Amino acid sequence: MVNLNTELAKQLYLRMRLIRRFEETVVKLVDDNEIAGVCHEYVGQEAVATGVCAALRSDDIITSTHRGHGHIIAKGAKVRHMLAELMGRTTGCNKGRGGSMHIADVSLGIYGANGIVGAGAPIACGAAFRFKSSGSSTVAVPFFGDGAINQGVLHESLNLAAVWNLPMVFVCENNLYAITTPIKDASKVQPHERAAAYGMSGQLVDGMDVEAVYAATAIAVEKARNGGGPSFLEFSTYRYCGHQTAERFMNTSYRTKSEVAEWRLKDPIENWGRRMVEQGQWTVAEREAADLTIERELEESVAFARAGPWPDPSTAFDYMYSTTYPGLPARGVE
Amino acid sequence: MRPLRFLQAMNEAYHQEMARDSNTLIIGEDIRGAIRGETKGLFEAFGPDRVLDTPISEAAFAGFAIGAAMAGMRPIVQFQVPSLIYVAFDQLVNQAAKLPLMLGGQTKLPITYTVMVNGSRGGQAGQHSDSPYPYLLHAGFKLVAPSTPYEAKGMMLAAIREDDPVFFMASASLLAQRGDVPEDMYTVPLGVGDVKRQGTDVTVVAVGNTVPEALAVAERLQAEGISVKVWDPRSLLPLDRDGLCEAVSSTGRVVIYDDTNRTCGFAAEISAIISERIFDELRAPIKRVTRADVPMPFSAPLELAVLPNPEQLAAAIRIVCNHKRK
Repeated sequence: MVNLNTELAKQLYLRMRLIRRFEETVVKLVDDNEIAGVCHEYVGQEAVATGVCAALRSDDIITSTHRGHGHIIAKGAKVRHMLAELMGRTTGCNKGRGGSMHIADVSLGIYGANGIVGAGAPIACGAAFRFKSSGSSTVAVPFFGDGAINQGVLHESLNLAAVWNLPMVFVCENNLYAITTPIKDASKVQPHERAAAYGMSGQLVDGMDVEAVYAATAIAVEKARNGGGPSFLEFSTYRYCGHQTAERFMNTSYRTKSEVAEWRLKDPIENWGRRMVEQGQWTVAEREAADLTIERELEESVAFARAGPWPDPSTAFDYMYSTTYPGLPARGVE
Repeated sequence: MRPLRFLQAMNEAYHQEMARDSNTLIIGEDIRGAIRGETKGLFEAFGPDRVLDTPISEAAFAGFAIGAAMAGMRPIVQFQVPSLIYVAFDQLVNQAAKLPLMLGGQTKLPITYTVMVNGSRGGQAGQHSDSPYPYLLHAGFKLVAPSTPYEAKGMMLAAIREDDPVFFMASASLLAQRGDVPEDMYTVPLGVGDVKRQGTDVTVVAVGNTVPEALAVAERLQAEGISVKVWDPRSLLPLDRDGLCEAVSSTGRVVIYDDTNRTCGFAAEISAIISERIFDELRAPIKRVTRADVPMPFSAPLELAVLPNPEQLAAAIRIVCNHKRK
């Protein structure tokens, strides 16, 4: 266990709290039809993204998943640009072209959320190879869930990373369910046990404890930076909400209320905030004041997003190609 | 200028561009082994950081190129058999083709995907004989299908220098073909078609490996008094639509000779463009001679029945030339 200084401890708390409140804000905006489609909430899993990204440098890169808001906030994206993206505005991270499942900020090393399970892993391998071959100490971190561990391309990527000794940390967030299918019905072994088959170290870590997440990641990242190759970290965690925002309105029975309630007792934000008070790192009043700053940031961000311009329909064909030619891309009508 | 085979022209393009631009790398299966020769000498020249032999993991190396490109490289990815693209299809279609737009222009993806032995045949059978470019065009990939060694080198250099993903189709039956190739570097630009043979009675639109066949048929029909123009798009996306329409308008008759499946194939797209744009210039209905919509059978007589062939082309040309409006 590392001894976190007060400044880092606060940052971890604030980041987790921002992710939680961001997601709760998003749900309301989805319900009010200000955000189209559905979003996959990260509520409950905040310690994983926060602890992992706290161990990264700004030039390190991540690939994310369909449940990516938390990773993207943790890696440093501005929530105002994320909300604008979710509302489809030109002021969004992707200028309104991506939406929830494709948010990216390449300048911050966020190579994108991804709507296809496991698909970010080979992309992270390619970036990691570039870092390694150019002699930099930058690392690449693909996030994926337990649902991805039976996806072929993830295994191809684990193998490639191992045989080429790539500077990577594979981060598996085991929230126990691939949509409605429990992990025990999808795998005979725990995700991290698969790593051994590729000659890679695999470790199981409590994903509800931000300090444990940070500590384990820091060790794996350091190893990757120093030429020690890739690692596989499995974080046990839980999503309090459904697979996506519409699940509340569906009649699902794949998990019990008592199971959800048990996991809520392990809440990473509540527990971390309380622990900081107990350890004298801040007072309850200071914590409440910090919570208020997050509320203000979100209010301002929602206002920023709402004020953002809608994209001009004539720009729907922009960005498909860097080098354009007459008639490309083809329109639906000539 | 000196004569080189198509494969040698590819090899020269790889060598010259990798020497010119240290951000390039080539990745795929058996690149170092260079069984066919097009990647010969690359490993010796550029070493393990730029010439990568992969495990048999097509999806991973197709996606690897995306990440490498986002981090600043210009990867060349080689698929040794056309149907292998299907194994990598998510990384190609859902990722490489979509990311630049989905990310709102935050990244360029200068990736060249080379598809070897396109349209392969000669007993290669059902899973090694596809000519899959319609799928790729449908997904929006830029794609070139050179028909000569000269174009192979010039279009490979153009493809690698393009800031977008580009597919390069290396047709199986062209790989051993010889032709004059300059030693210096030059590019054959995307989006510019080429009149391979002048003619006044009918225009044949031919692609890749069907170009030399169409030229041979044209010579043969000259004896019958039919003057055949042969137009080669060379670059299927972007497509030189103006060049196509000009070539077809000049004769008023067209036969599209293409070695891909008929249904939603490339010939269907060419046909649609012509009929939408220059219907009034046509003196006969458009005809297509294409591959049949079946997997390539193994047995030689069956293979012949599936492939588009010169006799079918000659017959189609005679039909459009003899067409009388009712």
